[in-house]
Amino acid sequence: MAEIPQREAYGRALADYGAINENVVVLDADTSSSTLTHFFASKFPERFINVGIAEPCLVDVGVGMALGGFVPFVNAFAAFLSLRAVEQVRTCVAYAETNVKLIGHYAGVSDYKDGPTHNCVVDIAVMRALPNMTVIVPADNNQIVNWLPVIAEYKGPVYFRMSRDKSLAVHPADVKPEIGKAITLRAGTDVALVATGTMVGRCLLAADVLHGKGISAEVLEIHTIKPLDVQAVTAAAGKTAAIVTAEEHSVIGGLGGAVAEVLAETRPTPMVRVGIKDRFPVTAKDADLLMDHMGLAVADIVQAALDVIKRK
Amino acid sequence: MNYLTESEILRLEQIARQLRIDSVKMIYKRQSGHPGGALSAAEIIAVLFFHKLQLDPQHPGWEERDRFFLSKGHASAVLYAAMARRGFFPAEDLEQWGELDCHLQGHPDRVKTPGIEMSAGPLGHGIAVGAGNALAARKKGQHYRVYVLLGDGEIQAGIVWEAANVAAKYHLSNLTVILDYNDVQLDGAVHEIMPLEPLAERWKAFGFHVIEINGHNTRQVVEALDLAEEIHSKPTIIIAHTTKGKGVSYMENDHRWHGAVPKPEQYQQALKELSGEGQ
Repeated sequence: MAEIPQREAYGRALADYGAINENVVVLDADTSSSTLTHFFASKFPERFINVGIAEPCLVDVGVGMALGGFVPFVNAFAAFLSLRAVEQVRTCVAYAETNVKLIGHYAGVSDYKDGPTHNCVVDIAVMRALPNMTVIVPADNNQIVNWLPVIAEYKGPVYFRMSRDKSLAVHPADVKPEIGKAITLRAGTDVALVATGTMVGRCLLAADVLHGKGISAEVLEIHTIKPLDVQAVTAAAGKTAAIVTAEEHSVIGGLGGAVAEVLAETRPTPMVRVGIKDRFPVTAKDADLLMDHMGLAVADIVQAALDVIKRK
Repeated sequence: MNYLTESEILRLEQIARQLRIDSVKMIYKRQSGHPGGALSAAEIIAVLFFHKLQLDPQHPGWEERDRFFLSKGHASAVLYAAMARRGFFPAEDLEQWGELDCHLQGHPDRVKTPGIEMSAGPLGHGIAVGAGNALAARKKGQHYRVYVLLGDGEIQAGIVWEAANVAAKYHLSNLTVILDYNDVQLDGAVHEIMPLEPLAERWKAFGFHVIEINGHNTRQVVEALDLAEEIHSKPTIIIAHTTKGKGVSYMENDHRWHGAVPKPEQYQQALKELSGEGQ
């Protein structure tokens, strides 16, 4: 299921899941033809609410519906959900512990055409800092499809972050993701590539390249940035003594930040963070090329692994 | 619409007076709080909690209950006083307000205080959350009503008007908004900080049924709330003209009493005035 973009996998799966769970309502802020919640909207018009271009209101209306017993999936571009509406998210979702599912679309640099205002490389940092918030970044389409029932049935605030575009397929159709449980995709001993989201597939490719150089690389997928699977991270550090984190997000405050916090306190380990290096992205013609341009290429992961191994 | 007897109106007026006394005592005891906006809302809160709202304090999560969202969360003193007197929690708890990790937080907290529908504090949330809740009731076929109490300064926030759009689009006639229009906010007079007029016309233009009342006239509050239930095509806003700091002469219409604590002699004077002594 790699041939369609993440948003389409989500949009179609949400429409399917809507038939199973009648408590799901879907809210959008005039982006349903981008987030592809229109699949759900056309199937269940009575359970779809479009509030127009008003993300703060979007979140609060979702909160009110959660208080009324629904499971609202609140959809907007990640940039606007995590920044324009962050006070609503902080007060009425995280602090008030309401059962709202915040779906951040077009995250990372995947909205390559629209440029830096529509990219979002700080949302993990923002959401992760909020108490009570669960932060999930799926790696591929199969995982997205299988996450939906999990996050709908989980009681509490969730931030679910997705790409606009295609990502490398990683998981089988029957993958069963569990909140807070990291997935070891490849065992290795020389270095651990700890990745989230679209960078998981790239890390598997980097592991292949490293294998060709005689380096055994572990690939650990952290889909749940919060609560972080501390045990899996420290085990990988213990086993390999060299950590590379990889994310389509700023190197400040995201997966790299979360892993660094844990390791600095419990098991100091040489580490390199692959991510966007404290700068705004740019407009581009293609998401993959933009990721490469921003320092997220497979070659960047390989180089980071080689560098960190030298520091062992 | 039931016509209330004079004795019933008197009872509600007495409760409003008591809630004012409670609020001032609580703020003085705590040496912190927001007296101005608590006092201006006393009749509105009294009518809601002791007449209008269908509630079961023993079962705060009762599904059929009416929902009340205090959007102007800084008026927590008067809300807590009403909830205690209505039996949601013991009156002694009021004296613990603001103590380290007391269930009564500075601003209302739905997680810590059963019976509080929504945590509040930052302004502008109530109508959006209330609209979502009214929408949920409609879609679930439930018949409870949703009430939101807004401050006037807070409707300067854009989200209020975003939410007004939603309430109008979905014809949320099960939503009644009450605006505590005391014309005073933290920094000064509302009409000077950021004018709101023509307010009734604005809300009408946004698709609301508008009722204007004197928010200290208990009968008018009762009748406006009843009238709102007769409107079946649109949400209603009751613009309640009030006086900030109502009932304490030196607090009335003075923005410095938005969030100030009376000194001992001022406190005694406030209690005297509120209890009607020397009148």
